[in-house]
Amino acid sequence: MNRLERNEKLIRLALLVVAFSAVSILAVITVFIFSEGSPIMLKYGFKNFLGGLDWYPSEKSFGLLPMITGSMMVTLGALIIGVPFGLGCAVYLTEFSSKKLRRVVKPIIELLAGIPSVVYGFIGVIILVPLIRNTLGGPGLSVLAASIILGIMILPTIISISIDSLLAVPSSYREGSLALGATRWQTVKMVLLTAARSGIIASIILGMGRAIGETMAVIMIAGNAISIPGSILDPVRTLTSNIALEMGYASGEHRQALFATGVILFIIIMILNTAANITSGRRRRRT
Amino acid sequence: MKKVVFACFCLVAIGLLSGCSKGARKELIVAGSTSIQPFADRWAEIYMKKYPDRVVNVQGGGSSAGIQASFSGAADIGTCSRELKPEEKGLTEIVVARDGLAVIVHPTNPVTGLSLEQIRDIFSGKIQSWKEISNRDKTIDVVTREEGSGTRGAFQEMVMGKVRVFKGAIVEDSNGTVREIVAGDPDSIGYISLGLVDERVKALSLDGVAATEANILINQYELVRPFLFVTCGPPSREAKNFIDFVLSEEGQNLIKMEGLIPVQSR
Repeated sequence: MNRLERNEKLIRLALLVVAFSAVSILAVITVFIFSEGSPIMLKYGFKNFLGGLDWYPSEKSFGLLPMITGSMMVTLGALIIGVPFGLGCAVYLTEFSSKKLRRVVKPIIELLAGIPSVVYGFIGVIILVPLIRNTLGGPGLSVLAASIILGIMILPTIISISIDSLLAVPSSYREGSLALGATRWQTVKMVLLTAARSGIIASIILGMGRAIGETMAVIMIAGNAISIPGSILDPVRTLTSNIALEMGYASGEHRQALFATGVILFIIIMILNTAANITSGRRRRRT
Repeated sequence: MKKVVFACFCLVAIGLLSGCSKGARKELIVAGSTSIQPFADRWAEIYMKKYPDRVVNVQGGGSSAGIQASFSGAADIGTCSRELKPEEKGLTEIVVARDGLAVIVHPTNPVTGLSLEQIRDIFSGKIQSWKEISNRDKTIDVVTREEGSGTRGAFQEMVMGKVRVFKGAIVEDSNGTVREIVAGDPDSIGYISLGLVDERVKALSLDGVAATEANILINQYELVRPFLFVTCGPPSREAKNFIDFVLSEEGQNLIKMEGLIPVQSR
C-alpha cells in the first residue's frame, strides 16, 4: 500500500467519524429527552398529559392540552398570514418581475431569516401589542400578535424554497401554456402551482416547523396564560415557551414534566420533518 | 436570556437536591432570585470597589435554582426571595433584607387601593371587570409570574393562600417584564417587588395602608417577604466576608437607597 492510498483511507475514516458525530448527537439528545421525560408520563398516564387541562406543577397536575392547542393555534395563525404573503411574493418574483429585480429582492428577503428572534419579539412588544390592544381590545399579548410575528418570521423559508421550486418547473410547461392562449395568471394558477406543488408544500411544512419551534419571540408577545384561548385576542402559551419559562425554577417532577413537554414537541417536529421529507422526495422522483 | 443559559447550566450540572459539594475557585458566585439580583449586583459592585482583589459574580436563575445551586456547589451563595420550603431547610439561611410586595396598576387607573380579599378575587378570576371596583367597564388583564418564581411563591402564600391564580392570567418571567406590561396596559394589574416600583406604574394601597417603606417599618403593610442568602453548611471564608459586608451598615444603607428594607430595623 503506498502513501497516497494510506492517506485516502485515513481521510475516509476521519470523515466517517465526523459524519456520524452529528447523527450520534441527535441520538444522544433523543435518548436523553425520552429517558428524562417518559417516566413521569408513564407515572401519571399519557392520557393525563395529552388531555389534561390543568397545568399546576406544584400541585402535581401536568395537563399539557392548553399548550398543545396553543402551539397549534399560533402555528396555524402563522401559516394563515405567512403562506399567502410568501406564495404571492414567490409567484411575483418568478413570473411577473424582471430577473434583475429578483436578484436584488431575494437576498433581501433571505436576510429576514437572519434577524434574531428576540428582535422580532421586541418589535412585537413595542409596536404590535399596543396596536392590537388599542384597536381590537384585550391585553394585546395574544394569539393574534404571536401569529403575525411568526407569520413574518416564516416568510423567508416559504419564499425562498417556493421560488426555487417554481424556477425548477421546466420552461416548456410555461411556454406550452402560454402558446395555448392562457394568460400569465392562468398559467401560474393552472400549470406552475400544480407542477411545483410538492416543493411549495415542503416549504410550508418547513415554515411550520420553524413556527412551532420558535420560543423567544413567542414568550415575549403571546402572554403565556395556561388556559385554552377563547378568541384570538386572548393570551396563549406554547409548548416551547412552557419549557423556557419554567425551567429556571423547576426541580424534581416539575423538571421531568418539562422534559415530557419536550418529548411531545419532539414527536410533533419529527412528524413534520418526515412529512417534509416525503413530499420533497416525491418531487425528486418525479423530475 | 442570561437566566435561561444559567438554568441550562444548572439542569446539566445538577442532579437533585443532594449533599453539598464545594468547588475551589477564586471568584465568589452568588446566584438565584431575579428579584434579589439587581440588589446583589449593587452590593457586589461596591464590595469589589472596596476590595479590588475580590471578585463577586452575580447571576440570576430564580429562587429555586439558587437553592439548587447552593446545594450542588455551583454557587457559593444562593439567593432566595421567599421563605424556604420544609425540604430545603438543611441550608444555612441569612436574612439580608426585607422587601415589600406591591400590587401595581397603570397610573391612569382611578383605583388607588384594594382590600386583600379583592386582590385575591381578582387574581383568582372571581372579579373579571374593573366595573366591580370602580366605574370603568373594562376587563381586568391580570399579570402574574411563572410557577416556581420566588415572587409568585410569596404572593401565593401571603395573598392567595390555597386559592389558585386563574388560568387566563398573563404569565411573565421577571419583575421587569411584569412592570413593562402593566406600564403599557391601562387595564392591567400585577405584582412586583416594592423596590422596583417606579413612576410608570402605581402601587395600590392594601386595606387602606399605602405600600411604603415607612408603613412596612411600623408593621402596617402586610405584604413583606424576606430576602435570603443561603449557603450549604456554614459559609466559606470568602462568602462570609461578602455576607458581613452586606449586613454591615454600609451594605444595608445601599439597599435602603434602592428601596429595600434593611434587616436591623425589624
